[in-house]
Amino acid sequence: MTAEKNVALEGCESLLEDSTVNPELKQQFLDLLERYRGEPGAVIPLLQGAQAIFGYLPPWVMKQVAEVANEPLSKVLGVATFYAQFRLQPRARHTIRCCHGTACHVSGAARISEELEKFLGIAPGENTKDMLFTIEEVHCVGACGMAPVVMIDDRAYGKLTPEKAVEVVKAFRAEVEGEEGR
Amino acid sequence: MATLRTLQRPAPQRPRLTTPEVEVSVCLGTGGVAAGSREVLRAFEEGLSQSGVYAVVKPRDEECSCRSASVVGTGCKGLCAMDPLVEIVTRRDGTSTSVTYGLVTPAMAGEIIRRHILGGEIIQEWVVRTDQHETEHDSFYQRQEKLALRHVGIINPEDIDDYLEADGYQALYKVLSEMSPAEVREEIKRSGLRGRGGAGFPTGQKWEFAARYPSPDGVKYFICNGDEGDPGAFMDCSVLEGDPHAVLEGMAIGAYAIGASHGYLYIRAEYPLALRRIKIALKAAEERGFIGDNILGSDFSFHVKVKEGAGAFVCGEETALMQSIEGDRGMPRLRPPYPAESGLWKRPTNINNVETLALVPWIILNGADAFAARGYERSKGTKVFALAGKVKRTGLAEVPMGMTLREVIFEIGGGIKKDKKFKAVQLGGPSGGCLPESLLDLPIDYETINQTGAIVGSGGMIVIDEDNCIVDTARYFLSFTQSESCGKCPPCRIGTKRMLDLLTKICEGKGTLDDLDFLERIAQQVKIGSLCGLGATAPNPVLTALKYFRQEFEEHVVQKKCQAGICTALVTYWIDPEKCTGCRACARVCPVGAITGERKEVHVIDKELCIKCGACYEKCRFDAVRRS
Repeated sequence: MTAEKNVALEGCESLLEDSTVNPELKQQFLDLLERYRGEPGAVIPLLQGAQAIFGYLPPWVMKQVAEVANEPLSKVLGVATFYAQFRLQPRARHTIRCCHGTACHVSGAARISEELEKFLGIAPGENTKDMLFTIEEVHCVGACGMAPVVMIDDRAYGKLTPEKAVEVVKAFRAEVEGEEGR
Repeated sequence: MATLRTLQRPAPQRPRLTTPEVEVSVCLGTGGVAAGSREVLRAFEEGLSQSGVYAVVKPRDEECSCRSASVVGTGCKGLCAMDPLVEIVTRRDGTSTSVTYGLVTPAMAGEIIRRHILGGEIIQEWVVRTDQHETEHDSFYQRQEKLALRHVGIINPEDIDDYLEADGYQALYKVLSEMSPAEVREEIKRSGLRGRGGAGFPTGQKWEFAARYPSPDGVKYFICNGDEGDPGAFMDCSVLEGDPHAVLEGMAIGAYAIGASHGYLYIRAEYPLALRRIKIALKAAEERGFIGDNILGSDFSFHVKVKEGAGAFVCGEETALMQSIEGDRGMPRLRPPYPAESGLWKRPTNINNVETLALVPWIILNGADAFAARGYERSKGTKVFALAGKVKRTGLAEVPMGMTLREVIFEIGGGIKKDKKFKAVQLGGPSGGCLPESLLDLPIDYETINQTGAIVGSGGMIVIDEDNCIVDTARYFLSFTQSESCGKCPPCRIGTKRMLDLLTKICEGKGTLDDLDFLERIAQQVKIGSLCGLGATAPNPVLTALKYFRQEFEEHVVQKKCQAGICTALVTYWIDPEKCTGCRACARVCPVGAITGERKEVHVIDKELCIKCGACYEKCRFDAVRRS
């Protein structure tokens, strides 16, 4: 068991020393690991926390999580691939979630997704080239009364048409570009 | 009768220092926020403070002898179709007036301040509800009875003192000071409360089981299942967002009744607002001693942790949910043993749904008889439904069990959007079924609805009209359950995939009559053979669709027609030369340039280029674009 883990963790320490990893994020990650050390059932919150820090789950992060949670890496990877929330690839800064819940489906969600994907030039799960947007399809965000709905990060936009959805994304882009330009 | 204990009675710590002359409350549920209610709230705050007449105050924090106004955010106000909803309560000369406006924009906020708040005029054309006179939306409210939603949309969910002022934690106080755990279980049993998560299992009985099984080390768990995964349902979301303390109080009462010392609140990650509010509520409840060690000074201790789901529908199944809390892949296991005997970390565990727990404090305070007085035969009390889809008044409605589907859809829901023809109502989401017009007079009751092949379910009620295709809807649910199947047992893993393949084949116009029989046969096998509720109920939408709408399936496979025009492979668009005025409107919206024709001359659709998006069909004002 121990031998297996050493193999799994090989190269991990060096990555933690790696100067290309943002030191601030690295510190946040180390704090997160400490917070959950020894707590039962910590794999999921650790992965969620790590993903909140890095935006995705690089292999070395999963190895660290496995060590702290005292679980084999295979189990951590198993968990990371089971749940829809986790991503093993980097994601863009903002996530557009097109709701495909039932209410949204019967109100034309498919055409909204289609139009947004066309506008951004990406497929679900992909990032735009400028790493501004990731687009994905989700099942129900709980705003069925406002169907069809699209969420950008934690903010929901309702009663959309394909055209309005594109307008929303355009406006959002203009807003963040304005903020980042300042 | 247990011995009477002297405990601290919960009371607001920050009483109101000011009674504002004007109280503005804005819906800040997920739906409200999606409609832009945050901007509206800000517009009221700014507009009122700039009015020069009112001081905008926080009534619990600031004393104010001058004319004052408060602006607060609440949970879901119910009628989501009219969001953002804003209620204005004004108190003048000893009388108070309440007016709720709908579809409010920041610009309208300015107008409401000027004309209504300052000028005293009710702006009739924007009114949704008022205590001054009747409105067209009164039928949405009249027959509702709010028990689980008693505080939702009224109190500020982020302020524990608001909850305390509205009888908050009094039920917990009552339970701890004058009832034994057995008496609490008896009271809930007597009320007839059944699990609102979908299965409808009697709650009191569930508690009895969990109380009965001994734990090897004395530890038992009490879990609240907030993994509302049914797409198209937002009841639990609204309760968590609008009245988080009621859920915590229900959990504490339940934990006391079964002897649990630890609890988990499992909420899906797709509900960031619910997560945020429940975390705020938990912290406040811990600080005030309603959750934690020696609650209210008693010897009962109960600790709660919030667990964030990670996106897996199957985690709504209780054994999968516990696996997920333990940090594993959320895969169900065989029962027995039931969680009451061996659940989370192999300890006796009780799991209840959010709405069920929100009802518990109400039952304790108002008595089991009051709850049982409402409802129908073996389905007591009220149930919250999330009305969505093609119904005019989408929103959240809590009605006594036993009301008919027609009353909910046509009276409360106001009928079908654009007065189209009703086709079906889908109850219980991907685990439920669709029911046709002929069954709308059935009462909403667990047993009655089960007999139809659908289920009452967690409360999702999606209305579909003549523009929706029943085959496509069945395929939609199957694609959902198929992608959410955890893969552990073959009937569900393989069966749902085969069913989806067949439904896709039918939607693409390649199906045969034999396929319909085959589909029905697999559906039955998946239903019988699956390990957990996900697989056992996944065929319901297909089986009910075949049962009540077989003709529509046959149209797809025999005549290769989709009346609703949804299955694009079976649809062609063409322009009626008699009606076309040559206005070019259709040509302008066509995304692929498939429509040609000179101005004022008849246009033509190139069938090779057409992608059948239907944009021209929706655009044409002369009914010249035809679909067949």
